[in-house]
Amino acid sequence: MNAAWTAVLAIGLATVLIKGAGPVVLGDRPLPGWLQGPLDHLAPALLAALVATAVLEREGRLVIDARLVGLGLAGVAIALRAPILVVVVVAAVGAALTRALA
Amino acid sequence: MTTEPAPKRHRYLDGARAAAPLTIAVAAFGMSFGVLARAAGMDRLAAVAMSATTFAGSAQFAAASILGAGGGLAAAVAAAVLLNLRYGPIGLSVAPVLLGSRWRRLAEAQLVVDESWAIARREHGVDRQLLLGAGLALWGTWVAGTVVGVLAGNLVADPEQLGLDAAFPALFLALVVPQLRTRSHLAAALVGAGLAVALVPVTGPGVPVIAASLACLIGVRRR
Repeated sequence: MNAAWTAVLAIGLATVLIKGAGPVVLGDRPLPGWLQGPLDHLAPALLAALVATAVLEREGRLVIDARLVGLGLAGVAIALRAPILVVVVVAAVGAALTRALA
Repeated sequence: MTTEPAPKRHRYLDGARAAAPLTIAVAAFGMSFGVLARAAGMDRLAAVAMSATTFAGSAQFAAASILGAGGGLAAAVAAAVLLNLRYGPIGLSVAPVLLGSRWRRLAEAQLVVDESWAIARREHGVDRQLLLGAGLALWGTWVAGTVVGVLAGNLVADPEQLGLDAAFPALFLALVVPQLRTRSHLAAALVGAGLAVALVPVTGPGVPVIAASLACLIGVRRR
């Protein structure tokens, strides 16, 4: 078996186990009380981190580029209560135009 | 719970519909992954198998680039696992809405990706039908994109030329804003983003986002 297939199997198995660990171990028991507060705050913490890394990170470095223009326009669209489709399209078009003009 | 929930089938469709704005970007990056994987020496079936089983873009891109650059198997697996570790706590947060036997829960948990989880977040917990509907739509799009990529190459020009890489932070921003409903949620978001940005230049990939998830500890003893 070559390295590519070994990687596919190892990474696939690891990911299945990571994603499934919580649901399988917990079964149909409710979440322990002490976990509810932190898990309720996991979404803002992780989503904000994903915004930051998705817009600034490139190959392990912080880079300011056309993505930030797209995100800024998306922020305006969000403030105007635009639907998510519009927010996403505005971001992509903004970044694409910035790259085309740069 | 004062209102009658909509029929289940419709709610699954609602999840798929909520994921629709992302499908062009997901398909385009699926194609890119197919192209990159071929260039990195993976055969076609291996690339598609990876999209079907790992179903996590950043981990797949990292693994394929490391293999393609001759970085070795261990480094590729380690990078991908690190990038996917965030699905540990995310999996825990969706556990209450997954149903049935342990095998079924394990299978359902595979439909959790950042985007489906973010779409399905509600004030207290996660909406099961939205999560699975969005997850299935995204999975199908990702795998189909990869199939096209390994067979036909990049049909879309470079996804970045089309600005599609800006679609993901925009989506996450649109989804995080409604989460900032109390001061402690806002604090968790600011600390999470700050930690991630601070760690990007000094750690390997994956670590910043995992470290950022620790900001959720702000929620200890709060609901």
